[in-house]
Amino acid sequence: MSKLNTLTVHETLDGLNKKEFSAVELAEEYIKEAEAARRLNAYVLETPEAALSKAAESDQRYASGNPRPLEGIPLGIKDLFCTEGIRTTACSHILDGFIPPYESTVTARLFEAGASCLGKLNMDEFAMGGSNETSYYGPVVNPWKAEKNLVPGGSSGGSAAAVAANICAAATGTDTGGSIRQPAAFCGVSGIKPTYGRCSRYGIMAFASSLDQAGPIAKDVRDCALLLNVMAGYDAKDSTSVKMDVPDFTKVLGQSVKGLKVGVPAEYRPAGLNAEIAAYWDKGIEMLKNAGAEIVDISLPHTKYALAVYYIIAPAEASSNLARYDGLRYGLRVPGEHLDDMYVNTRTAGFGTEVKRRVMIGTYVLSAGYYDAYYLKAQKVRRLIRDDFMRAFERCDVILTPTAPSAAFAVGDKSMTDDPINMWLNDVFTVSVNLAGLPAMSLPIGLSGDGLPLGLQVIGRAFDEETVFKTAAVIEKEAKFERLK
Amino acid sequence: MLIEGKENKWEIVCGLEIHCQIISKSKIFSGASTEFGADANQNVSLVDAGMPGMLPVLNRYCVHQAVKTGLGLRAQINNYSEFSRKNYFYADMPTGYQITQFEYPIVGEGVVTIDLEDGSTKDIRIERMHIEQDAGKSIHDIDPHKTFIDLNRAGVGLMEIVTKPDFGSPEEAGAFLKKLRSILRYLGTCDGNMDEGSMRCDVNVSVRPAGSGELRTRCEMKNVNSVKFVMQAIEVEARRHVEVYENGGTVEQETRRFDPVTGLTQSMRKKEFAHDYRYFPEPDLPPLVLTDAYIRQVADELPELPDAKKARFVEELGLTKYDATVICENKEVADFFEKAAAGHDAKKVANWLMGDFFAMLKRKNLTIEQSPVSAENLGRLVELIETNVISGKIAKDVFEMMSESGEAPEKIVEEKGLKQVTDTGAIEAIVDQVIAGNPDKVNAYKGGKTGLMGWFVGQVIKESRGKANPQVVNQLLAAKLA
Repeated sequence: MSKLNTLTVHETLDGLNKKEFSAVELAEEYIKEAEAARRLNAYVLETPEAALSKAAESDQRYASGNPRPLEGIPLGIKDLFCTEGIRTTACSHILDGFIPPYESTVTARLFEAGASCLGKLNMDEFAMGGSNETSYYGPVVNPWKAEKNLVPGGSSGGSAAAVAANICAAATGTDTGGSIRQPAAFCGVSGIKPTYGRCSRYGIMAFASSLDQAGPIAKDVRDCALLLNVMAGYDAKDSTSVKMDVPDFTKVLGQSVKGLKVGVPAEYRPAGLNAEIAAYWDKGIEMLKNAGAEIVDISLPHTKYALAVYYIIAPAEASSNLARYDGLRYGLRVPGEHLDDMYVNTRTAGFGTEVKRRVMIGTYVLSAGYYDAYYLKAQKVRRLIRDDFMRAFERCDVILTPTAPSAAFAVGDKSMTDDPINMWLNDVFTVSVNLAGLPAMSLPIGLSGDGLPLGLQVIGRAFDEETVFKTAAVIEKEAKFERLK
Repeated sequence: MLIEGKENKWEIVCGLEIHCQIISKSKIFSGASTEFGADANQNVSLVDAGMPGMLPVLNRYCVHQAVKTGLGLRAQINNYSEFSRKNYFYADMPTGYQITQFEYPIVGEGVVTIDLEDGSTKDIRIERMHIEQDAGKSIHDIDPHKTFIDLNRAGVGLMEIVTKPDFGSPEEAGAFLKKLRSILRYLGTCDGNMDEGSMRCDVNVSVRPAGSGELRTRCEMKNVNSVKFVMQAIEVEARRHVEVYENGGTVEQETRRFDPVTGLTQSMRKKEFAHDYRYFPEPDLPPLVLTDAYIRQVADELPELPDAKKARFVEELGLTKYDATVICENKEVADFFEKAAAGHDAKKVANWLMGDFFAMLKRKNLTIEQSPVSAENLGRLVELIETNVISGKIAKDVFEMMSESGEAPEKIVEEKGLKQVTDTGAIEAIVDQVIAGNPDKVNAYKGGKTGLMGWFVGQVIKESRGKANPQVVNQLLAAKLA
């Protein structure tokens, strides 16, 4: 039998149900592996005691024959999710020592389904970044070619790296402009950003409220479905969550895509697109065609504005959402002579460069005299982008694109650190989906010539995660991607 | 009202913005209690404290209260409204933004009719009303170097009512605030207590040469906390503007503070230091959509409002406009009156209510709900006078006894033997006795001093210890002295 920590969630559940190993043995294995992999810096806080006591409870449940859907599954939790009694900082200095007295809805659902928490996962500060380098706790190392010190992507970099390195069975992530999908692609794992409104945002520290969605990052497509089954659902505490039944997403896995119309948007193949990525995209198209799907050329004409729109709307909302970190009630406080001095001192010391940059941009675009030209205009273009997808989905059922324009790059890459725009360009294939509120999944398709994973993105209609899962499962089966073990 | 300047006559142009705390058990975006007077920071939820990851959830009851208020202001209820964030940093604003309504308020244009001293009325136009959350309180006077924060009020629902600049005098603004308070209390949507801060008023004032119709620069005075101070603030600020203009100056747009101690206004914040609130639609709350059916349903629950009640009291019960206005200002008084007047002479009940009854409440420092004299008993007292069981004079004594013991007037009259004597035989005996005992007065009367009739009546009533029916006494005396 392979090492316990290399099993997928569904394989693990199988083993636990068959009593091939215990939940405590499983947890111990993950705890040991996590300790051994500390060089990756994927965890910012390990909670082995909590994981072990939860595992003991799970073993009792297996023994008494009433296990819950994720009984005994050790998860890593992105540090953006508030976890009751467990330090939660969004990897920002400004939340030093903050221990929430409450649990986010999504993590509460996972833990109530029997999952346990191995610890809190590293991420870009307040989810602002695409490489995990903006974390107050330092960058995460991508487990692929770890000796090369590559980034895991971001902002859910710790989540993707931990799943890829087999130091958690699966992880939670959040995705505002690609923060689940891009790191999943960089680390050779799977991740889905569900439809906006599918998962409750209650207890997740807000970055850009109209874009943020929680989702799973896991070892394969089935694991993502298993986790999303539990994470999704209406929550009265989040007025933007949607009252809609959550289907069993695993039911569609293995179903045929015969007759399914797969859209391929021309705008996602700009001149100069990385040749390897273009080739893998073509390969994905070929796989679906061979499986009986019909390929449809579509156009998403406003794609070229998506990045600009995103980098107005997301910072605008962030500038307001982050106003509460003022040093008054929790986290870091740097005193000052007057109230305003305390605000300035606290926020100057507490926020990193990228967060400050976005707070400043957001404050600017909402200012009197600029609002109409930036924020309001961006909202109008956002609607056009959404309309593009609506029109496209009249002609196809699902859309296939690359996830990111490159493979993982080096920590401290000069081209990114010198010009943040280059970093932002990583989001070019992912942000439109957030602006339109649609579900999209990234799954690994193969390795680059340098031996680094590359991902494809499957985009679905709003609340049609099932078609996304079904399509992804077909590609996954054909791609035969080999995870790190 | 015109202000006489050195050269010109000036008109006041004034508009009001009134923040009214919504009566509801819980806050507008959280489940925390709104109870007044709790210990500091006891009524604070995670949402109110601006904890990370917390989200607002709109309290439906607050929406209901706002729609009710809008209908009471005879205003347009908007089927579509939106929440926005008003961004500013302050210690008692935990999230760094106030959730309010900006571009799309829940209530549009309306009108409130005010009653002026001379008996006339004037329509004041309402520009809009929106709902929002209140801030907490910063307490600066506990420690010389520290500020303490109480978040109990943070997140309490507010209705902000904005009028058009329709007030031409302090009196009109005062009459408006009284009328507004009356309407809100009738509706049960705000208790209207300015001294407790559940109704707070911002005053905008400018002046213009009489008849010019122009709109000049206005100044805003924030949080003026009584009707009297609002009226004073308007007058003193308007006079300041006149003085500035007549001395060749210009009025600067600014926020000022009215100081009730000096009775003057002073500059707080110039326009160039005005906040840029960076309003944008609140992404945590979907737009508020109200169906016509819902609005109709709320309309059906509306109580009779003061103007309608007043008109009914005048038309159906025969009250004077003045009496009806006084009685209808307060719903509890109007309800008490209607109960007392049921089946009795309404005008007489009104006289008693506004006379002896109000005087008694004032003397005893009681509210109408605490009155020892019930509405039914007041009505029965009037009934006893009407049916000649007691005289009006005895009734005053009976009323005093009622206000001590709370007992029914019949019981007091019975026990104290205060029933008016209408038995002609018994009165005739006293009349005869008085005539016999005062031959000189009789002669004087017969000699033309008819004014003595009053003296005779008084003597007879005195002899009867107040119980003789004065009408019967009059008739008998007139016959016997003829």
